[in-house]
Amino acid sequence: MPWLTALLALPLVGFVVLLAIPGRAAGAVRLWANAVLLGGLALAAPLWTAFDRSAGGYQFVERLPWIPSLGAQYLVGIDGISLLLVLLTALLGPVAALASWNAIAERAKEFYAMLLLLQCGMLGLFLSLDILLFFVFFELVLVPMYFLIGIWGGERRLYAALKFFLYTVAGSVVLLVGIVALYWQGGQQLGRATFELTELLRAQLPVETQRWLFWAFFLGFAIKVPMVPFHTWLPDAHTEAPTAGSVLLAGVLLKMGTYGFVRLSLPLFPEAAREAAPVLAVLSIGAILYGALICLAQQDWKRLVAYSSVSHMGFCTLGLAAMNANGLAGSVLQQVNHGISTSLLFLLVGYVYERRHTRQIADFGGLAMVMPRFAFVFAVAVFSAAGLPLLNGFIGEFTILQGAFVVNRAWAAGAVGGIVLGAAYLLWLYQRTMLGDLRNEANRELRDLTAREWATVLPLLGLAVAMGVYPQPWFAVLERPVLELAGRLGR
Amino acid sequence: MSHFYTDVDHFALLPAILLAVFGCAVFLFDFLLGERSRRWQLALVLPGLALTGWQLARQGAIAPFTAFHGALTIDAFGLFFNWLFLLTAGLVALISYRYLEMEQEHQGEYYGLVLMAQAGAYFLAVGTELITIFVGLETMSISFYVLTGFLRRSRRSNEAALKYLLLGAFSSGILAYGFSILYGLAGSTYCADIAAAVAARPAFDPLTVLAILTVSAGVLFKIAAAPFHMWAPDVYEGAPTVVTAFLAVGSKLASLALLLRLLLGPLGTARAAWEPLLVVAAVVSLTVGNLAAVTQTNVKRLLAYSSIAHAGYLLLGVVAGNGTGLRGVAIYAGAYVFMTLGAFAVLLAVHGEELGDLNGLARRQPAVAAAMVVFLVSLAGLPPTAGFVGKYYIFLALIEAGRYGLALVGAVYVAVALFYYFRVVRCMFLEPAAEGGARVGLSVGVRVALGVTGVVTLGAGVYPEPWLQWAVRAVLK
Repeated sequence: MPWLTALLALPLVGFVVLLAIPGRAAGAVRLWANAVLLGGLALAAPLWTAFDRSAGGYQFVERLPWIPSLGAQYLVGIDGISLLLVLLTALLGPVAALASWNAIAERAKEFYAMLLLLQCGMLGLFLSLDILLFFVFFELVLVPMYFLIGIWGGERRLYAALKFFLYTVAGSVVLLVGIVALYWQGGQQLGRATFELTELLRAQLPVETQRWLFWAFFLGFAIKVPMVPFHTWLPDAHTEAPTAGSVLLAGVLLKMGTYGFVRLSLPLFPEAAREAAPVLAVLSIGAILYGALICLAQQDWKRLVAYSSVSHMGFCTLGLAAMNANGLAGSVLQQVNHGISTSLLFLLVGYVYERRHTRQIADFGGLAMVMPRFAFVFAVAVFSAAGLPLLNGFIGEFTILQGAFVVNRAWAAGAVGGIVLGAAYLLWLYQRTMLGDLRNEANRELRDLTAREWATVLPLLGLAVAMGVYPQPWFAVLERPVLELAGRLGR
Repeated sequence: MSHFYTDVDHFALLPAILLAVFGCAVFLFDFLLGERSRRWQLALVLPGLALTGWQLARQGAIAPFTAFHGALTIDAFGLFFNWLFLLTAGLVALISYRYLEMEQEHQGEYYGLVLMAQAGAYFLAVGTELITIFVGLETMSISFYVLTGFLRRSRRSNEAALKYLLLGAFSSGILAYGFSILYGLAGSTYCADIAAAVAARPAFDPLTVLAILTVSAGVLFKIAAAPFHMWAPDVYEGAPTVVTAFLAVGSKLASLALLLRLLLGPLGTARAAWEPLLVVAAVVSLTVGNLAAVTQTNVKRLLAYSSIAHAGYLLLGVVAGNGTGLRGVAIYAGAYVFMTLGAFAVLLAVHGEELGDLNGLARRQPAVAAAMVVFLVSLAGLPPTAGFVGKYYIFLALIEAGRYGLALVGAVYVAVALFYYFRVVRCMFLEPAAEGGARVGLSVGVRVALGVTGVVTLGAGVYPEPWLQWAVRAVLK
């Protein structure tokens, strides 16, 4: 059964059908999009049990000729790393759609159409085992996200949308040149032109070539992650995007960058990657500390969450820089963790914004009194993001630190400083918004979480606890691909 | 038939004869039928094009062959470009009638001139003799001069025509001068003889270099590549929108075919002399086109500058100088036909040319706006569109040739191009509709053209294989 193709085609078919629904029937459009995305989740979830953890290589592989004259194929498959990210995407898609149920009144049809197209692009990226296909999906997500930010975003949406778009494209055109060069160099070595990842992995590229290619790929992925100093698009895009856009941006789109490192840059150019590790580590620690410090100064609730992504993604890239099994496994797990905890934070900020139409932290305070359930969920989200033990954030960060410590103690020390700062800005945020007296009268009438809102946060909440209490199954999935990669990197 | 005009000669000439005959028939019928039946001119144009296509297909069955002692070379390359011209002329004819009616200049001559221009273009793609080429070029150019000024009552259209005529005549003069030098070198106007004469001389022979300079200047002017692009923005803006579309696609690609014929044919051995010239022209075109487009508020002008940039990409494919580069040029040219004509068809659909005219188009005509996004994304060169495949091949060719720097320059300008193309998208989707923005009814022709160009632009990006095969065959020489 072409399982992965079905998974990929479902949102696309949903998109086409949705175009046929008249725009006036906003209810039908909404229902349809939610149903399709939920169906996607139902289709993806059994992968978790069907996936063979003891087998190496890729599973559920499907292969069709696509552009034979270029050697490009439609080639999809998953290993443990992509399995986790595919599941994360499949979960966050319906969550984002459900969260938008009331928030999106204008141009609902276009909104959900973009959401479905985006879902297809995101899934496709994590499923691709052909580099050209990977690139197509890498770019495919840009246009829907541009519209999501540009049409349904906040006040500075036009600026934010364009900035996001151009920044990412600037990186990805360099990535494209890198891909073409890799294709050419690899084709020379292998004797036949191909974009197939496993084939290209067999090519032995000289270090000099690797270096050029690594940095070309680096630019594309580092902007996407984003690593400091390429992060300046992120606060604008995340802050201005509608809730669904922020959730998918932070939850999934940022992972495209780190996934690109794990899937392409590190295994394809191991020698160059080892050389570059200190640079990656320094940029990562810079991101962790800088992001955290900026968070301390934020007045805007959503912007704070946005900057916290810079800091948290710094942990993911630090794990990559360690390049050993712990670092890599921690990094992938932390990508999933970040997807869960930051999505929760963005959802909650969005729900408050829907009620109060302000995001200024100073406008809140003592919300726990009027919205106790909201405050509880927010507490779990904050603790999860801060890396409190028994929640998901802890185990990811801990494993990354373990990995980094072995390579260089200074790296670990720097990152620990980031954890402290992280706890500081998150708890301070919690204190300023949830605790204390109810200073602002406008907040007295705020409604607590509705059933629909519970439905969006509960699965994430459950996962945060489950992963924190018993992380073993997640590591078990990652074990083989991570060991393979670490072996390739010689660590 | 006599040996001056053999069956083969006739066979080689037939597409051009058909185009000219149908062109004249249009002139004649317009005179006979009068005012009422202008739209029926299309019933003459489309069968004319279909018959021409049939002849091209017949030629394709036995190509390559030469005629008139080598003055015409009917090969896969020439036929490929002629198919592109045919598609262009057909699509242009389809999108024209409603526009011309609204401008109250729906004259039969219009279609006749389109066919005449295409008849001239035919010789640019298959001509291998200087006088044949020159006559073809002038037939095409003079048709375009008239078409540019077709809105007789519009001052801008007249200005554009005069500008184009004066500068075009000047460039033709320079080209003719170059041809005379080539004749002087070889004592013959046949490309094969010139090739032998040029090959016998050193690469940087002053006379050869002078010939290269003058010939390239003349042809680059027609392609609208920098630094000979000055006329393009004014002419593109002033010309009737349908003519701008024809000019941007038909004239540019025909002249590109001519450039390839000359540089890779008779001047092929002097590559060392013309390659640096093309590198400069390509990089300057990319820079001027992309940077100047950023500030434009008139979409026709914006597309004019972007077409200068596209000329730069096409030249980069020639610069790469390998088989992949030529395939890249052919593939890019194919993509260019559809995405550019599509973008112009959208302008006709909204009957406007300022950025403001597109405001809120997504609300008024969502399908047209969506199609425009596809065209713009393709023009910029993002997947999954035809434009991406074209750019991909150009970059691949440059990398194969070891010209990483040029590949990087070309890639970086993709980001710049996105900036201005997405200003258009922003107007359509993110800006509120203009006050009293009347909904213009789409003519059947525009609908068909939008459908065809949209489906091909997207389809060739998602599944490019058949189209790649076709383009690959075109340059297998």
